[in-house]
Amino acid sequence: MRYAETGYNLEIDLTRGSIDRVETDPRLTELHLGGLGTNTKILWDRVPPETEPFSPDNLLIFATGLLCGTPAVGCNRTIVSTFSPQTLLMAYSMMGGFWAPELKHAGYDKVIIRGKSPNLVYLWINNDQVEIRDASHLQGKGAGETAELIRQELKETKAQVAAIGLAGENRVYMASIEQGKASASRLGIGAVMGDKGLKAIAVRGTKDINIARPAEFIGLCNEVLKYIEVREKNPVPGVMPILAGLGSPQEMKLVDEEWHTTNFMWGNSRQRRKDFWTKEIEEKWTGTQESVRKRLISCYNCPMKCGATISIPGISTYMMKCFSKLTYTMAAYSDLDFGFKIAGRATEYGVDAFSTPQVMAFALELYKDGILTDQDMAGMPSDNEGKFYWLLDRIVRREGIGDVLANGTYWAAQQIGKGADAYAHNNIKKHEQLPLKLGMLNPVYFLMYATGEKINITQIEGQFPQSPFPTLEERAAFVKDWIQVPDEKFKQYLLDWEPRGERSNPYYPTVEMSCEIVDWQETMHYIDDALGMCAGLSSFPLKPPYHIHNYPALISSATGIDMDEAGLWQTAKRNRTLLRAVNVRRGMRRADEKPPEDHWKKRFPQLEAKLLDEYYQFKGWDNQGIPTKESLQELDLAYVSEDLEQRGIIKK
Amino acid sequence: MSKVKKKIKTIKIDVDKCNGCRACEMICSAFHANPKYSSNNPERSRIRLICEPLKDVYLPVHAGEYAAAECIGRDKYVIDGKEYDECGFCRASCPSRDLFKEPDSGLPLKCDMCEDDPPLSEPMCVQWCINDALTYEEREEEVEEEEKLGDMETGLESLADKYGLQKIMDTVARMSMSKKG
Repeated sequence: MRYAETGYNLEIDLTRGSIDRVETDPRLTELHLGGLGTNTKILWDRVPPETEPFSPDNLLIFATGLLCGTPAVGCNRTIVSTFSPQTLLMAYSMMGGFWAPELKHAGYDKVIIRGKSPNLVYLWINNDQVEIRDASHLQGKGAGETAELIRQELKETKAQVAAIGLAGENRVYMASIEQGKASASRLGIGAVMGDKGLKAIAVRGTKDINIARPAEFIGLCNEVLKYIEVREKNPVPGVMPILAGLGSPQEMKLVDEEWHTTNFMWGNSRQRRKDFWTKEIEEKWTGTQESVRKRLISCYNCPMKCGATISIPGISTYMMKCFSKLTYTMAAYSDLDFGFKIAGRATEYGVDAFSTPQVMAFALELYKDGILTDQDMAGMPSDNEGKFYWLLDRIVRREGIGDVLANGTYWAAQQIGKGADAYAHNNIKKHEQLPLKLGMLNPVYFLMYATGEKINITQIEGQFPQSPFPTLEERAAFVKDWIQVPDEKFKQYLLDWEPRGERSNPYYPTVEMSCEIVDWQETMHYIDDALGMCAGLSSFPLKPPYHIHNYPALISSATGIDMDEAGLWQTAKRNRTLLRAVNVRRGMRRADEKPPEDHWKKRFPQLEAKLLDEYYQFKGWDNQGIPTKESLQELDLAYVSEDLEQRGIIKK
Repeated sequence: MSKVKKKIKTIKIDVDKCNGCRACEMICSAFHANPKYSSNNPERSRIRLICEPLKDVYLPVHAGEYAAAECIGRDKYVIDGKEYDECGFCRASCPSRDLFKEPDSGLPLKCDMCEDDPPLSEPMCVQWCINDALTYEEREEEVEEEEKLGDMETGLESLADKYGLQKIMDTVARMSMSKKG
C-alpha cells in the first residue's frame, strides 16, 4: 500500500480525448517527495526545451503535495506547473483552498494535461469516473460563476472546482486559475489552461488517505496544532503587525496598513508616500473593510484565517486573501473602497492581482508621457478609477491596446517601442515584481531576488528577519526560543547584525553568511512545495510550526519512507537543482539573474558580482548558474548532466 | 421507570466563529479509523460542515440518532433573507439522504463524543477547532432510566424497521424449516 500519496496520476490528452489512470513509481517519491518535486521531474522528462508554452506538447500539471489531505495541519496546496508564456521558463504557481485534498480523496496525486481541445471543455473527476465534458455554455463566464454553474449542472455541491475566467480563455499572460478563496495567479498559468481549451477541473473524492505509522504521525500533528495556538497568542515583538503572526500577511483581519502604504510604491511602482497614513485614512479604511468583510475564512484543515468573504452591494460576493486589497488601490492612487470593488471584477476575470494593476499603471504612465496616444486609448473614460476598469476590460478581452498590455509590461514595452521599456522597470526575468523600492542594498535579498526560480520574493523569503532589530537586547530575546534554525550559527549572525555601522548592510551579513541564510530559506520553501504545505505555516513567517527538525519524522511517519534531516535537505537540494536545470536547458543564464535596477538606490556592483559567484559555487553551479556535472551526480541526477553535456551546455 | 441523573455531553456550536476549514471532519474520520488515525476521509466523518461560502453559510452539524423512516417535515426556512431546506441541517442519517452514512456499508454513523479508554478531555473535533466554533459542554440532567437493549435486540430492531416484524418472523420460520430439513 502507498501511504500519504495515492500512487496514481491521471493522464489526460485533450487532443485525443483520452483519459488514463497511471500508477507512479514509488522510487520517484523517495527521490523527489511529490508536488513541485515530481512535477519538475515530469517536465524535465517529457517537455523538450524547445517546446513553446502554447504548444500542445506543453504539459499543464495540477499536483497535490505529498502530505496534502493528511491530518498535517495546513497541508492543502495545489501546485500547478507548466511553462510560462511570459518568462518562457518553468512556472509553478500554487493555491490553497480545498482542491488538492479532494483530488487525493478521489484517488489521484496529479492530473497531467497535454494536447489541446478543439472546443472549450471541462474535466469532471468523480472518484473512478472521469469525463471530459463540453463547456461551450461556460465560455466567457467568470471563474467563480463557472464553479457555481458546474456544481449545479453536476448536482454535486461538494465538488471542488478550479476554473479560469475570461482572461485565461483569451490567453492573457497574467491569467490566473481561481478556486474559491484561493488562486494560482503568477506567471500566466491560466493562459496555458485557456490555450488547452480547458475551462475548469471539477473534482469530488470519497476515498481514504492512509498513514504509515498513525500514532507517531498524529502525535506530531497535535504538537504542531498546539504550537500554532501558543504562537498566535505570542506575536513576535518588534516587527510590523502583519509579520508578527503566522499565515499569509493578515491583510483581511488587520486594517493597519501604515507599513504597506508608506513603504510600498504607488502608481507604476514609482512613488513612496511617507505621510500617506493618517488618522483620517485609518478611520475611513476601517469603515470600508468592516462593512464589506462578511467572514474570515480558511483553507482545508488550517486554523489560520488568511482569507475573507467580501460582499459589496451591487457586486457579486467573492473571496479574497492577502495583499490584493491594496495592489489596485495603490496602482491607481485610489482608496480601499475602490480596491475591494475592482478586485471583485478582476477575480471573476481571473487575473493576477500583482501584475495586472502594475500593467494598467504602466499603460497610464506611457499615455501621460505621450508614448501611448489618444488613438491607442480611444474610448477611455476621463476619471481615474474609470480608466482602470476600462483598461481591465480591454486587457482580459484583448481588445485594442488591451491586446498588447495582455502580454505584461515586458512584452508590451517591446511591442510599443519608443522607449517604453524604461517604463517596464519593475521586472525580473520579464515578470512584474512587488512594488518595492528601497535605499540600501540588502545582500540576502539581493541573492533571493536574483536567483529565486519562482521569480517572486515571497516564495523564497521567510525565516530570517527582513531587517535587523535595533538593540542587542531585542536580538537576544529573538534568538532565545529560535528553535527553527538548522544550525546554531544563524543565531550569532542575527545577534551581530546591526542597523548601521560595520556589521550592517550591505557588507553584513557577509557573503558567506548570506549564501547560508538564503540557502536555508529557499530549502524550506522547496520542502513545503513538495509536501503541499502552506508557506504561511512554514517557510514564510518567522518562527513557524514546521521546520527542518520536525519535518523528517512527520514525512517518515506519514509515508513510511526513511528520512532524516540530512536526507531531507538533500532531497530539497535535488528538487531545487533539477528545477534550475530545467530552466538552464531553456536558456536561463547569469545575465537574467538581476533584481530591477532601481530596486535599491545604493548598489554595489562588485559586491553583487561576488555574492552571485559565491552563491552559485555554494549551490554547486558554475559561474553562469549552471549546475556542475559533479553536483548533479551527487544528487542522483547523472541523467541531467548527460543531457546538458549532449546539448553542449555543460562542457565535457 | 425511575428517574436517574445522567451526564449529558454536548458540543456547542458557534457558527459565527466557524472559518470553514473542515479540520473537524478530517480529525473525526481519523480518530474513528481502525487502527486509530490509520486513515482519514471526511466522507466517514460524524460531523459535517454545511457550507455555502458565497451565501456565508457555515454550519457544522454532528450526527444524531438514526431516523428509520423519512420524516414528514420538509419545511423551508428563511434565514437572513435566504431560503434553506430543513433537510440541510438535520442531524439524523435517514433513508432519503446520504449524509452520516458509512460510504462502504451504508450503515448510519452517529457521533459518540469520541468515547475512548482512557477518556479524552474533549471530543477530537473540539480539540482541533482552535477557533472555538466547537466547544465541549457537560451538564447533568434528570432522565428516565432506559432499558439497555442487547446486541441482538438492536440488530433485530433495525431489521424490523426496514422489513417489518412479520417478514422477519416469516424468514426465521423458513430458515428454521430448511435447517431441520
